[in-house]
Parts: sequence; C-alpha cells; structure tokens
Amino acid sequence: MAVKKISKVQPEKFEFNKKNKETADSIIKNYPSGKQQSAVMALLYLAQKQNDNWIPLSAMKYIAKYLDMPYIKVYEVATFYSMYNLTPVGKYFFQICTTTPCMLRGAYNLVDVCKRKISEEENRLSEDGKTSWLEVECLGACVNAPMLQLNEDYYEDLDPTKLEQIIDKISNGEVPQPGSYRGRLSSEPENTRKTLIGNKNA
Amino acid sequence: MLEDKDRIFQNLYNDFGVDLTSAKQRGDWQDTKEICGKGREWIINEIKASELRGRGGAGFPTGLKWSFAPKEVGSRPHYLVINADESEPGTCKDRDILRFEPHKLIEGCLIASYAVNAHKCYIYIRGEYFNEGQKLQTAIDEAYKDGLLGKNSAGTDWELDIYIHYGAGAYICGEETALLESIEGKKGQPRLKPPFPALIGLYGCPTIINNVETISVVPTILRRGGKWFSSLGRPKNTGSKIYCISGNVNNPCNVEEEMGIPLKELIEKHAGGVIGGWDNLKAVIPGGSSMPLLPKETCETIKMDFDACVENKTGLGTAGIVVINKDQDIIKCMARIARFYKHESCGQCTPCREGSGWMWRMLERMAKGEATRDEVDMLLDVTKQIEGHTICAFGEGSSWPVQGLIRNFKDEIIERNKFDPIVKKQKDIPYLVDQHLLEKENA
Repeated sequence: MAVKKISKVQPEKFEFNKKNKETADSIIKNYPSGKQQSAVMALLYLAQKQNDNWIPLSAMKYIAKYLDMPYIKVYEVATFYSMYNLTPVGKYFFQICTTTPCMLRGAYNLVDVCKRKISEEENRLSEDGKTSWLEVECLGACVNAPMLQLNEDYYEDLDPTKLEQIIDKISNGEVPQPGSYRGRLSSEPENTRKTLIGNKNA
Repeated sequence: MLEDKDRIFQNLYNDFGVDLTSAKQRGDWQDTKEICGKGREWIINEIKASELRGRGGAGFPTGLKWSFAPKEVGSRPHYLVINADESEPGTCKDRDILRFEPHKLIEGCLIASYAVNAHKCYIYIRGEYFNEGQKLQTAIDEAYKDGLLGKNSAGTDWELDIYIHYGAGAYICGEETALLESIEGKKGQPRLKPPFPALIGLYGCPTIINNVETISVVPTILRRGGKWFSSLGRPKNTGSKIYCISGNVNNPCNVEEEMGIPLKELIEKHAGGVIGGWDNLKAVIPGGSSMPLLPKETCETIKMDFDACVENKTGLGTAGIVVINKDQDIIKCMARIARFYKHESCGQCTPCREGSGWMWRMLERMAKGEATRDEVDMLLDVTKQIEGHTICAFGEGSSWPVQGLIRNFKDEIIERNKFDPIVKKQKDIPYLVDQHLLEKENA
C-alpha cells in the first residue's frame, strides 16, 4: 500500500531542466488562461520523472511558484494521489496489482517472489539499491491478470517463474520486454476466439 | 449472439492496426461532415432514439444527458470531458478502446462536442495508462495533421481542440465531479450535486461528461441509425457492450456482445468456462467490484443488461465480470475488495472514510474465523450506515459488495465464526455497543 511518508533526506533545490521547462509551458497552454493550476498534476509528474522517480518538497515549492498557487495546494495534491512518490523508490519500481481479479489468479505468489528477490518489505530498496516494490490497487488490466507495472510499462499474464526471470534480467542490466508473457497481443481469449473471426487473418 | 458485422469495435483485438489510414478503412471519419450537417437536434434525437445508456457504470441515458446542456452558449464556454479514468476492479474495456480504436473516440468527441456546443474537450486518462495515453496522443496528432481536428474539424466548420489530462492513481477521480476537481488541479474530492455539471461543471462552466465507450459508439450509431442500435438487445437496454470476463475462467477476455446476452453464455462460450467446470462456480461479480455478487443459481439464468441485473439485486455497472470458483475463499475475496475501498476512499465524508476501514477489518477477521457470531449483523449495519450517507456513490459502491456477500453467503460466515459475543449481557454495558442495535433486539 502506498504510504504517504515524506522523506527525511531532502535536496535543497529543485529546478526543471530545459526540456521539462518547455514541456511544462506547453502543458500550461492546454488550459484556459488564469487556470494554470490545472497543470499541477502533470508538472508534479514531470518533476518526479526528472528526480529519479520521487518528488522532494523543494519541487513542490518550485511548482507552486511556477504556477502561481499556494504551496499547500501543491502539497495537498501530491499527498492525495497515490502515483506520486514522496520518498525515494528504486530506479526499477515494481507495482504489483493485488486487487481481487488479480488475486484470484495468483497475484500474491508474485508478491512472495518480490519479497524473496527484491526486499522483505514494501517500499524498501533492494540490496543493490536499484529496485523496490509495492502492492497497488487495480491497474485496469484484469483480463491479463496477474500483472504488474514496472515504471511505465505493463507486464501481463505473469507467473512466479516469469517474474523471477524479469527480476534477474533487470539485475543483469537488461530491459525485459513489456506486454503479455503468454504471447497474447491484446485482451482476446487465448486460442478460442469466437468473434471477429474474419478479421483475424486480415 | 451478435453477428460480426454488427460489432462496433472491429479492431478490439488489434487485427488491423491503429493508424488513421486503417481506421478510415474500417469506416471511421466517413461522412462526419454530413452527420454534423444534419444539426444538433437531429444528433441528440437520434441518440435518444437509440436508447444508448452510459457505459461508465451508472447507465444514464446519453441523449438525455446531452439535452441538459444549455441550447445557446452564454458568457461561459461549454466543455466536453471524457472519463477514461477506468479503475473499477474487473474492468479493462476503455484501455482497449484507447489503444486500439482511438479514432472512434476522437470522432465521437467531435460529434459530441458539436452536439453540446463545446470547443474544448478534455480526456481524463488514469495515470497508469501512460502508454495508452501516448497512443491516443499519436492518434490525436494524426487527426490534427489530417484536418480532422482544429479550426475546421473534418470540414464541419466546427472548432475543436482535444487535450489529454493524466490522473495520478486515484479511483475516486472516476466520479464525474471528482474528475472535474482533479482537472482543476485540486484533490479529487467529489462535489455536492446539484448544481449538476451540465450547468456548473469544469471551471464553473456547463460541462458534459461521458465515458470512453459511450462516446466511441456514437459515430457508428449515427451512421447506421438509432433504429439499428435499438434493435439490438431489448427496450431500454439496447445495443452492444464490451464485456470483460476475468477471474477463474479458462480464457479471460474482453468481448463485444449484444446487451442481454446470458451470463452463462459469456462465461462458457467466450471465456472458455469456469476453471474446474461450471459446477465449480461459486459466485460472479457481474459489473465491477462495486456491484453485489451473484450466487451460482442466479448465474444459470441471468441475462446481462441493466434492468435484468437490477431485478436480481445487483447492477450491470461497467460489465466487468469477475468469476470466482470454489477453490477460492469468498470471504477473503470480498475482504480484498473492502481493502480496495478503504485505500481509495477520498476521506471527505466520515461514514465512508471510517466505515470502509471498519468493513475491511471485520471481513479480514471473518475470513480468519476470528469474529463472533453477532458480528455479521453488525457488519450489515455498518454497510447500511455508509450507504446513502455520502456525497458521491462511492458509499454505495463500497457497501454493496459486502451486502451481497452477507445476503448470499451468511451461513458460510456464521459457520466459520463461532465465537461467543464479547458482550454477552448487552444490557449491562450499553456504552460499549451501538445503542440502536440494542433497541432492535429489545423491540
């Protein structure tokens, strides 16, 4: 479960790099003038990406100034939504869905693998400091359960052995292929498709 | 069973590719100009005639919703907002539309925007669907390049800009007013209704909010006629719907089928049957985790549409079907759903914030057999105190699955939890238990 704990170690300064500044400015333009506060979620996400997957307090202050809004409002948003990490997480951040549809198909076996291969507890970095894991709520890929999100990619149709292989690959510095691990391309039924048959060989 | 030619989402399994050229070959963006040329009244009336009901869970008639938008644009601009914050456990239909049929959605946005006088459309995608959002953005860029969006969208003389707004992992933002708060850059806590968003919505302006699937079927309905759509299914439950079948089935899948298809046919035919055979079926959650579960006897006969589900004391919701077989511990499954709601409660209303945690802790104890006999009634009482006492429908969503469990599997809970009540002579220590429970027993 995502714990909203503010990290004790905080960098003193945060500033968008040039590229993110441009992105931020173009995002602000998506909203009517005077409503720049709408961009706060996107900017927090940018800050998180720039700062190794977590948001320091200085970034919230910076964004508050950037959008001309009170710091507490940014803080409120950052602590409300579960995708913002307020403490450092691994460079490879495994989020395992364990809500009922995934649980029915064995998501807790994946959690056991994470406990064994990454770290005993959620939110704690592995020994090499590169990975961490977290149990999360429904990620919306229920027909491809059990699944997990690794940074931005979905890894679907997993089982403990396949997850072990993924973790091994990452500790060897490789990037495992996202998507289904049973060779499915979408959410179609495996082997027994009864609909849209004429399209299949299109 | 629906014939293949009547399926709206021909590319549900990505047989053709998602780019604009192949989308056009499938019929998207054909005659968009002519459709809009027939006028707002015609569009709204045709959608009303099709009896299309919102696919996001509540099943509100779409044509009626659109007609709530003010006819003339006053001093405030109108907005169209698409709800792609799909987070209901068991549901993953919008994801497939976003990644495989984005042009159906974009064309639907244009027609809907035209019908409700909106020049700006925001698509709120849940933050976890980052890749799906990127695919949609690619499709939007393609559409701009081809002149289908922008100043003179698709030759309709209508100016439309579509923007994507990413969420950040809050289930509650799927509630329409919480979604608006979130777009405004605040915490996603629902607003009181009325005023309804159709009059005072995003930035205080008239706003129409629709689900991805609802908007994506609109162009096809207008092209083939409202009559065609309403000929599928039965009155008030018309058309086709994407069903997501997950859980203990042999081949979990998404499939587009006619409204009112028997649940058994969906599971047996499309999803390859229950693991361990039909007799191994324990229960089915028919419409995403918020809807009460159905016992096996009902699953034999129930047809999957809005009204049939209500008759069976549940709801179609998002049509996310979660199949649970006898190898699973049903109380544990429901305890996990209760934990989901405890995690996702926005904390605005006390009954929901406190009650959802209470339900979770009680169910966890019941799953382990550590609860007392009388706690089942207490749990039911807790759900009744949440239901109807919150600003948004989250209160119902979190208490209905627990009520469904108690309604259908009360014996199983009691059998497992045989401890004597902690307070035996309740009258002696009245301040330890809820007063109104005592009164009920005395009455």
